[in-house]
Amino acid sequence: MEFLFQTILNGLMTSSFYALIAVGLSLVFGVMHIVNFAHGEFYMLGAYTVWILFAKLQWPFFLAVAAAIVLVGLLGLISERLIFRQAHGQVLSGFIMSVGLVFILQVAVVKIWGLGKMKPVPAAFPEILNLGGVSTSWQRFIVIPVTILLLGALWVFLDRFRIGRALRASALNPDAAALQGISPKKCAAVAMLLGSAMAGAAGALMAPIMSVHPYMGHSVVWTAFVVVIVGGPGNIKGSIYAALLFGFLTTVITTWIDSTVADLVNALVMLFLLALRPEGVMGHD
Amino acid sequence: MIRRILVYIVDNFRWIGWLMILGAVLIVLPYMVRTYQVEVLILLLIDIILVVSFRLITTTGGWSLAHVPMMGCGAYATALLTAGLGVPFWISLPLSGLAAAVMAFILSYPLARTTGFAFFVASFAAGDSLRLCWTRFKTPFGGHKGLTNIPVPEFFSSVDLSAPIPYYYLALVITALCLLIMFRLDRSRIGHTFKAISMNADLSRSLGINVTFYKMLAFTIGSFFAGVAGVLLAHRLWAVVPAQFGFVTTLYLLVWVVFGGTRTFHGPILGVVVLTFLSELLKPLFEWVPMIFGTIIILTLIFFPEGLEGLGHRFTPWLDRQRFAAGDEPRH
Repeated sequence: MEFLFQTILNGLMTSSFYALIAVGLSLVFGVMHIVNFAHGEFYMLGAYTVWILFAKLQWPFFLAVAAAIVLVGLLGLISERLIFRQAHGQVLSGFIMSVGLVFILQVAVVKIWGLGKMKPVPAAFPEILNLGGVSTSWQRFIVIPVTILLLGALWVFLDRFRIGRALRASALNPDAAALQGISPKKCAAVAMLLGSAMAGAAGALMAPIMSVHPYMGHSVVWTAFVVVIVGGPGNIKGSIYAALLFGFLTTVITTWIDSTVADLVNALVMLFLLALRPEGVMGHD
Repeated sequence: MIRRILVYIVDNFRWIGWLMILGAVLIVLPYMVRTYQVEVLILLLIDIILVVSFRLITTTGGWSLAHVPMMGCGAYATALLTAGLGVPFWISLPLSGLAAAVMAFILSYPLARTTGFAFFVASFAAGDSLRLCWTRFKTPFGGHKGLTNIPVPEFFSSVDLSAPIPYYYLALVITALCLLIMFRLDRSRIGHTFKAISMNADLSRSLGINVTFYKMLAFTIGSFFAGVAGVLLAHRLWAVVPAQFGFVTTLYLLVWVVFGGTRTFHGPILGVVVLTFLSELLKPLFEWVPMIFGTIIILTLIFFPEGLEGLGHRFTPWLDRQRFAAGDEPRH
């Protein structure tokens, strides 16, 4: 019984992390039709920001996380303006441009902060949390409430605010939205800002748990892709369901067998689901 | 018959002439450069097979991210066949290509149902599952450490194919053969059908073309040649490890192909040759090379999205104007 609760807790933590990173990617894809492969590098830069501000400059943890969100969001905004806008909504060009951005950001990080040295980030909340017999560290647990908070904020933004609704309209039909006076460019910029900020938030929160290095984004971004694709690109609710599915799947298989098999099963499940429902399991929003 | 061949040669004299010059250059080339550079040339030849077979798949409109794992499939097949079972290289070469093709055929069942972006991601999932299998299963794939002791191909006892220059000629002959087959295919009815599908799948379907079949065919044939490239790679490096066929290699493949352009047969070859030379020139700055490549690829997509091959067309109007100014008729 305890084992079951432990698995559920671990599954929830993994799912929250997946949801946080995938929803940003899904938002960018839905509005801009850009498959941003550099999303993983934005995540990595979020982790580096926490390493510098929290671990080296001794800022309070949440202040460092907030700084990471803002900085990475701004970086996303700049890359939209300089690079992704030129793709003109062509999925393939956008993807390859983001691959170019991945190379640029990775080399930049290696050149500035070095490759080999570990970037240790101490836990901000090292205390152990006990929940009815199962235990985890607060540092790992904190991902769940923060994800709920951020996704809730995003939902309020998309549902209640004028610009948020404009964003959804533009994702559904850019031309019709443009006729209503909604600028697709402005929407793309806002989507990229929010999406990248969420990647930064995920990286910042995971920095004390994961090892911080220049290539940490690679494995994460593919998991995010799996979640986005299965959830239906641009479908945020679908992404959350898919994050839960894959979060629990990964946790259970990693506990019972090992993480390579978990990756293998994830890939095969995605392949199978895509063959069954090519437009995404949940379909479009 | 002889007259027909003669007429063909005369008619196509210009490009047959160029081809012969190119062939002559490629034959003397290994004696003009250092040993290390011969190794680079061998890898370049292998990469040329890889990009051209990749383009073969893209002519149907799908960009496969499983292409590098398919090369791995050929490499692992030949490692198991020659090092494990003692099969001679010359039998293992087509068999390993076939192994990649069979694997591709199986995977093309789910893949053919997806289009566009979904194909992109599904093909990655397919390729990555292969790579994860190689990593996970120590028998027979050797896990992280991969497989070693892949034998040197045997030829007449006087030729030692473990030396770079003889191996270069082996790779050159096989590459030429593969390119010839793929070129003929590209110009054949099948090749035109592939292109018709990429232009308008629905229209092709309405003309009675079995779109799914042709997509699977392109994926299978392309993967066969990727497998052959993998065989050449495995027998040169004498070892295969799963990390060789990881996503970074796929990213480089995409960069080569986008830089060269996929519309023409020669575009991807141009891309890989130019970028390989560039990265050799930039050897002292090797840490910066990915960043330079990244910048090149973004600038390519922004300023000349058709790649290097499109540059020629871009200058044609300008050339015509120059000719016109010089009193010539514009060329059409």
